[in-house]
Amino acid sequence: MIRQLTKCIREYKAPTIWTLVLILAEVAIDVIIPFETANLINEVKAGAELGGIMRVGLVLVLLAMISLVCGGAAGFTGSKAASGFAKNVRHDLFTKVQSFSFENIDKFSSASLVTRMTTDIQNVQMAYMMCIRIAVRAPLMMIFSIIMAFIMGGRLALTFVVIVPVLVVGLFFIAREAMPAFRAVFRKYDKLNESVEENVRAVRVVKGFARESYETKKFTAASDNIRGDFTHAERVVALNSPLMQLCVYFNMVFVLFVGSKLIITNGGTTIDVGQLSAMLTYGIQVLMSLMMVSMIYVMLTMSAESVKRICEVLSEESALTDPAAPVTTVADGSIDFNGVSFKYSAGAEKYALRDIDLHIASGQTVGILGGTGSSKSTLVQLIPRLYDVTDGSVKVGGVDVREYDLDALRSAVSMVLQKNELFSGSIKENLRWGNENATDAELEEACRLAQADDFIRSFPDGYDTHIEQGGTNVSGGQKQRLCIARALLKKPKILILDDSTSAVDTRTDALIREGFKSYIPETTKIIIAQRVASVQDADLILVMDGGAIAASGTHEELLKTSGIYREVYESQTNGGDENA
Amino acid sequence: MPKVNPHADPTRRDLGPAALGRTVKKLFSYYPVLAPVTFVCILFSSIVSSVPSLFTQNIIQIIEKWYVSRDWAAAKAEIVPYLTLLVVLYALSILSMTVYTQLMAYMTQGFLHKLRCEMFGGMQKLPIRYFDSHQHGDIMSHYTNDIDTLRQLVSQALPALIQSGAIVLVVFSIMLYFSLWLTLVLVLGIIAMVAVTKKIGGGSAKYFVRQQKAVASTEGFIQEMMAGQKVVKVFCHEQKSIEDFDRLNDALFEDSFRAQAYASVLGPIIGNIGNILYVTLALVGGVFLLIGLPNVSLSGKALDISILVPFLNMARQFTGNVNQLSQQINAVVMAGAGAQRVFALIDEKPETDDGYVTLVNAAVAPDGTVTESDRRTGHWAWKHPHGDGTLTYTELRGDVRLTDVDFAYTEGKDVLHDVSVYAEPGQKVAFVGATGAGKTTITNLINRFYDIADGKIRYDGININKIKKADLRRSLGLVLQETNLFTGTVMENIRYGRLDATDEECRAAARLAGADDFITRLPQGYDTLLTNNGANLSQGQRQLIAIARAAVADPPVMILDEATSSIDTRTEAIVQRGMDQLMEGRTVFVIAHRLSTVKNSDVIMVLDHGRIIERGSHEKLIAERGTYYQLYTGAFELE
Repeated sequence: MIRQLTKCIREYKAPTIWTLVLILAEVAIDVIIPFETANLINEVKAGAELGGIMRVGLVLVLLAMISLVCGGAAGFTGSKAASGFAKNVRHDLFTKVQSFSFENIDKFSSASLVTRMTTDIQNVQMAYMMCIRIAVRAPLMMIFSIIMAFIMGGRLALTFVVIVPVLVVGLFFIAREAMPAFRAVFRKYDKLNESVEENVRAVRVVKGFARESYETKKFTAASDNIRGDFTHAERVVALNSPLMQLCVYFNMVFVLFVGSKLIITNGGTTIDVGQLSAMLTYGIQVLMSLMMVSMIYVMLTMSAESVKRICEVLSEESALTDPAAPVTTVADGSIDFNGVSFKYSAGAEKYALRDIDLHIASGQTVGILGGTGSSKSTLVQLIPRLYDVTDGSVKVGGVDVREYDLDALRSAVSMVLQKNELFSGSIKENLRWGNENATDAELEEACRLAQADDFIRSFPDGYDTHIEQGGTNVSGGQKQRLCIARALLKKPKILILDDSTSAVDTRTDALIREGFKSYIPETTKIIIAQRVASVQDADLILVMDGGAIAASGTHEELLKTSGIYREVYESQTNGGDENA
Repeated sequence: MPKVNPHADPTRRDLGPAALGRTVKKLFSYYPVLAPVTFVCILFSSIVSSVPSLFTQNIIQIIEKWYVSRDWAAAKAEIVPYLTLLVVLYALSILSMTVYTQLMAYMTQGFLHKLRCEMFGGMQKLPIRYFDSHQHGDIMSHYTNDIDTLRQLVSQALPALIQSGAIVLVVFSIMLYFSLWLTLVLVLGIIAMVAVTKKIGGGSAKYFVRQQKAVASTEGFIQEMMAGQKVVKVFCHEQKSIEDFDRLNDALFEDSFRAQAYASVLGPIIGNIGNILYVTLALVGGVFLLIGLPNVSLSGKALDISILVPFLNMARQFTGNVNQLSQQINAVVMAGAGAQRVFALIDEKPETDDGYVTLVNAAVAPDGTVTESDRRTGHWAWKHPHGDGTLTYTELRGDVRLTDVDFAYTEGKDVLHDVSVYAEPGQKVAFVGATGAGKTTITNLINRFYDIADGKIRYDGININKIKKADLRRSLGLVLQETNLFTGTVMENIRYGRLDATDEECRAAARLAGADDFITRLPQGYDTLLTNNGANLSQGQRQLIAIARAAVADPPVMILDEATSSIDTRTEAIVQRGMDQLMEGRTVFVIAHRLSTVKNSDVIMVLDHGRIIERGSHEKLIAERGTYYQLYTGAFELE
């Protein structure tokens, strides 16, 4: 799992290694500084002439300068490495998702993909930074300090034999107790915030039913519950500081007492006052390092979850495989389903489509009707190979869709999805998704066909009108017509509209269909709709039910032969819609 | 990268201090005993942690005195009392530290809990207008980002500030006690440190703001592309979107790298200035010792090694704590901005409600007199207290009249002009018109989500401004176009309409709405847990639950906003039946999108740009061959 992430380091391997080297140097110097300082103090104490003091002093200043440069440079390279690493992970994730098939996207859901690409990567970047800067620094610091302490202080260093185990055991128990508590509390906290969001979203319902105080009571109870859990977790962690302080104080008293005994009984031959103060410094350095190690341990375990979620995406293989010698041109818009069965995942028990045999000639208009869950959308999504069939084959222009180059196939098969999306940017930019090189005249023609030209012109900025994210500043019907125009710009051999005119009024709907007939007669048109009126004049109408074609034929034929069709037709015309 | 609070704009530093003061004041008012105790404990333990330098000085003096004669027994006799005192002080300090860290943990969470509740309770009282003018994400960030900055402030920054501040003061006094000259050298060094911090900190702040912006735009792009991923595939736009993404991603890298670099370079620089300062002090001290500079100090002691060694240690402690103070500044500034936003929400003016007419259960005697009842009778009455102390009861009949109503969401931009609507009890009034014609606005005025600018609205003859809002709204059932369900079971969601409804009453309501059928087929029936706005249900099913929710409240007047989104014909028929059942025998205002609903209404109001341009029954309007006729025959969009 970790290996997948380390692959993302790439060009930032150099700054990473530099960071490690620089930190190694910085730590070494940081450990020598107290040692040299001890010498300085002893020089001063011995009343040596100024030259001696200056010499040691200059060495110290030099060391500090080197440490400053090393530390600063490590900060610089470390930031570069961590930000760059995050950049690469983000790039890899995004690119990976672009290679996904619909099946892969369904599996992850777009919201979860967003979290993985934002919050999770942030966590991983932070962990990476910590790893290369502190995870190396702290243990090194600890080891160096203990070694120096033994060299310098001899028996005084025995203090570490006491405080290090005490602190390690203490920190271990605190981390073991606190971590699950925190994880649980953060989950609850997220839930609380979700409920606030729910409340804000449903503010009209809350106020409409005069449930303000009920909601407040509910929230207070949930918040109080979190307070309890959170307090427990925080109190465990709060033991950290007194424990740390206990060790520092123990070190202090021990070094002062044993140290003075050593100095006095030996007459300052094994240890002197300067070294005494150096020992105190080493003590603090060791304890701080231990503290940092425990912090990092907590951070890393916290980010392990994020690493896992990122790797899940990175290791996901696209469900569609490319053919060895792809066909790059689509001959015409004929479509053949031969004994097609399909289920959404290998593990699924139910087939979404079963034994479909269907033959559509190039240029035909086909209407599809059916209730929710009758697999209308599933059927058409097999044509541009958004999913692969489980059994049987789908042919476009006489060639199995699996033998085409995917781009070639999808350029020839234009599809307006049920869940239409426009992207932030101008109307023109959105339309050019269909054809990057379309001229303005071509854009306008497509919009006229989709009955969108009029309303676009009524906007003050016309075709340059900015579309907000998610297309929130155009109405549902306008959005649908823009999406149709965008699909038309591909000049497809097959055009599929998946319930794409539901918010458009019946007259405009009819105008759009008329336009298709006169402007793109050679294009095969497949129209999924709820309204009988939208498919009534098609060459062929399919009535789908439970993943199979229950009936097919023209409007007149179906009225005679299909009970479902007649029922739907009558329920819609009973409203008295004179145009239906 | 560190968590970026998009609202902690460092340029808004000026607004922080007042909010910070208020935060601290609030903390003390919530915990009038514990907060001062904690404060004292922090002070005590930080002062104790700075005195060892005094003892070290004494002990070194003792060492100096005895190490030539190597008489440990004599030295021990002098050292032990000092050490004993030190151990006692340390024990006390650890005790007080344990006490205050535990108290801090307790108070922080309690404080945040109370603040959260105050915020939420206050938010419930805010007018709809507030929710219109603030993005949901913005409101949410009060509960997440802003509260987090306050957690940081109360649990970490505040104690650290008190601690470091106290230590700096104490150590500074001790240093003065020892030697003025050396202290002066130290002060010069500190000034240099502060200057560097300021310089680098400024650069860091600048890039953090840029990083924030880059993060926002990259995340926006990711969100958009992930939501539209299927469209990307259908249009073979993968390569193009990778290119667009890489541009944003690279820009984010540049800014994030710079922001991080500034922040992480600061630590080593400050730390090593501390080191250099230390050496300088040792050198200067050594020189002073050599040349025998007369010492100036509070203690009057001469400068010698027993002063220089502890002084050097203190210098280290001092710079360490100054460093710590400077590190907390960022957290404090962020918390200032966070606190300011939290208080802005708390201070937001609640929805005004001067109503005094209340809704009560009523018993209607055969002679028509209305009396108050303490049980649910199926009848309601408006309880109307008068200035002279008398009470009158008016039976709730569902007669709603709007007369010459004008309204504007923002001043000067009228959305409704001269709208008059008379709904008699049991009548069904349909509003028809294009998006933005003002249909929803009218219903928003009836339940007083907004208040009218001019004209009057009477409910059973009572000016609705006199009716208590909660009671007014309880008398009006509501089914919105966009269905909002809550996390909880199906049963709980239905019961939302009337909290004291029994399970049987909820089931009856579901049956009325036509929802019982599908609910009983759910895996856990009525106990099925709904999450994420009922994501596990279909659109039609969610609407049915919303209808059942309104049905269980059994209100005399209903406001219905029909959904426009397409559901399949069969489900639509069921939803339609549910709606029709619900409308039976009530006064109903319906924003209609379905021809069958419109046709069956008693009165149809055709709205255009905030004016009622046609009104009358279906037959009358068809005969007039006006706008309604065109709408009806599909010439215009009905949405």
